[in-house]
Amino acid sequence: MLTISQLRQKFIDGSETPSETLAKTLKVINEKDKEIHAFLDVYDDAKEVAESATLAFAKKDYEAKPLLGVPIAVKNNILIKGKRATAASLILENYIASYDATIIKKLKAAGAVIVGSTNLDEFAMGGSTENSAFGPTKNPHDTSRVPGGSSGGSAAAVAMEAVPIAIGTDTGGSIRQPASYCGLVGMKPTYGAVSRFGLMAMGSSLDQAGVLANSVADAEVVFNVMKGQDENDMTTISPDTYPDVPVKESYTIGVPRAFLKDGIDVDVMERFEAHLESLKKDGHKIVDIELPLFEAGLAAYYIVMPAEVSSNLARYDGIRYGVRKEGNDLLDTYLESRAHGFGREAKRRILLGTYVLSSGYYDAYYGKAEAVRTLMREELSHVFTNVDLVITPTAPTPAFKLGEKEDPLSMYRQDIFTVPVNLTGVPAMSLPMKEVDREGKMLPVGVQYIAPHNGEARLFDIGKKVFDDRQGK
Amino acid sequence: MTKEEILQLGNLSRVKMSDNEVAKFQTEIESILEYVGAVNRIVSDLDLKKVPGVVKNVLREDEVVETSLEDIDALVSAFPEKIGDYLKVKKILNPDS
Repeated sequence: MLTISQLRQKFIDGSETPSETLAKTLKVINEKDKEIHAFLDVYDDAKEVAESATLAFAKKDYEAKPLLGVPIAVKNNILIKGKRATAASLILENYIASYDATIIKKLKAAGAVIVGSTNLDEFAMGGSTENSAFGPTKNPHDTSRVPGGSSGGSAAAVAMEAVPIAIGTDTGGSIRQPASYCGLVGMKPTYGAVSRFGLMAMGSSLDQAGVLANSVADAEVVFNVMKGQDENDMTTISPDTYPDVPVKESYTIGVPRAFLKDGIDVDVMERFEAHLESLKKDGHKIVDIELPLFEAGLAAYYIVMPAEVSSNLARYDGIRYGVRKEGNDLLDTYLESRAHGFGREAKRRILLGTYVLSSGYYDAYYGKAEAVRTLMREELSHVFTNVDLVITPTAPTPAFKLGEKEDPLSMYRQDIFTVPVNLTGVPAMSLPMKEVDREGKMLPVGVQYIAPHNGEARLFDIGKKVFDDRQGK
Repeated sequence: MTKEEILQLGNLSRVKMSDNEVAKFQTEIESILEYVGAVNRIVSDLDLKKVPGVVKNVLREDEVVETSLEDIDALVSAFPEKIGDYLKVKKILNPDS
């Protein structure tokens, strides 16, 4: 698959037009998506957008539009005006968005051709895309396996080479883990770097939109289009909210060794150690660091997140929009609509969130989880006085098989390395390492780089050095 | 976690469940709570008062803004049930009470 800059070069020299690129994209979707099921909807009007991009290139009117003519796919929990926004939930099965999310406005203004919406775990809750009300997505590297989640459709759309980039959201790893499972670059920005206006809220203090791509340079282009303060999202940050995080010739990179002791697949650990060795050869310094609280991250996350979920999903009651199931009275209508509309994982998290927020348990759970979060943030900022970046595997294993993880806790454990990043609000990026062999199929596994708040430029810099340059991208 | 507690959580959060779901959630939520209880080993009740939360509310004034007819149409057309441009809902006042 071509990168954005390669595509753009072709568009500029006229060897390919955006309309031709879109035709290729649609052909791939036609051929592969019956099996993969990355897409929920494919948009007819993408043709018109591609045609006008084709005209713009012919008129040399492309300078101000870094994504002009580039086909992209968007996770279906992000609002696109006039399009179905389902969050892969029955309760929003036929819901049509009445406005564009801020990031969609920006992507459109940059000339992107939005070709369709992608599948996800219902309301972005899950790590496998099996929780979609419209059926699971499969991993293009091995269709007996999951693509990860919750942005599994976006990851699969890029991995099956339908689109060069796709937009996802990441509340506890939902961009980075599918990037790891599908062999992609997956980037979660600093909390507040990118507007959440028009994203369906799951965990409001954790959610960020980001990008899945084939190269770090592509992720950077898209991040630069999407970022920025937004009056419609009061949590967006300004350029001076956090201190500058400078780019360097070589980096000191911290490895939280104690955190990597148990539960990691032997092959993943072997690839990770090899990655560290190659960093050393490149002149970076690898040091052991202590992040004892990060091990408690998963526990704190599975309190904070369901608490926010139970509040955010209260709005889906079948009254003003979405699917209504008529009951005997108003209360019964709520109960029936939500019983019909929500899948099992959504219900489980709503109940759990209601429990941890209830008056008798609030301090014991939610209060303590928020305190852990504060302490984790302090611990991490202390670590960042000694190192430039922190590194871990992205997920403890390669992609697992569809239906393999029935027990919710075993599914949640896949997030162990990614959730501390959301709890502390720092940016992180997953990059592909060398693949591992499973039953004769080569499966991707990822390495996660974590930077201080506002450290996106540093992530892109190291990413280009260790990934793009080696892949010839 | 008792069956009654699960049903009470369902009532509070307006989620109706089948008997099968109640039974499953009973064991699953219990094991999740046991796992997340780890936060109590890190932060004691005493410490809790000393640690400020990271998350704070950012509020703005409520203001009345003009909405275009097109936007109103989009919202009205999303109503699950309507009479004309009015949203149809169940009556909430019971004449017997």
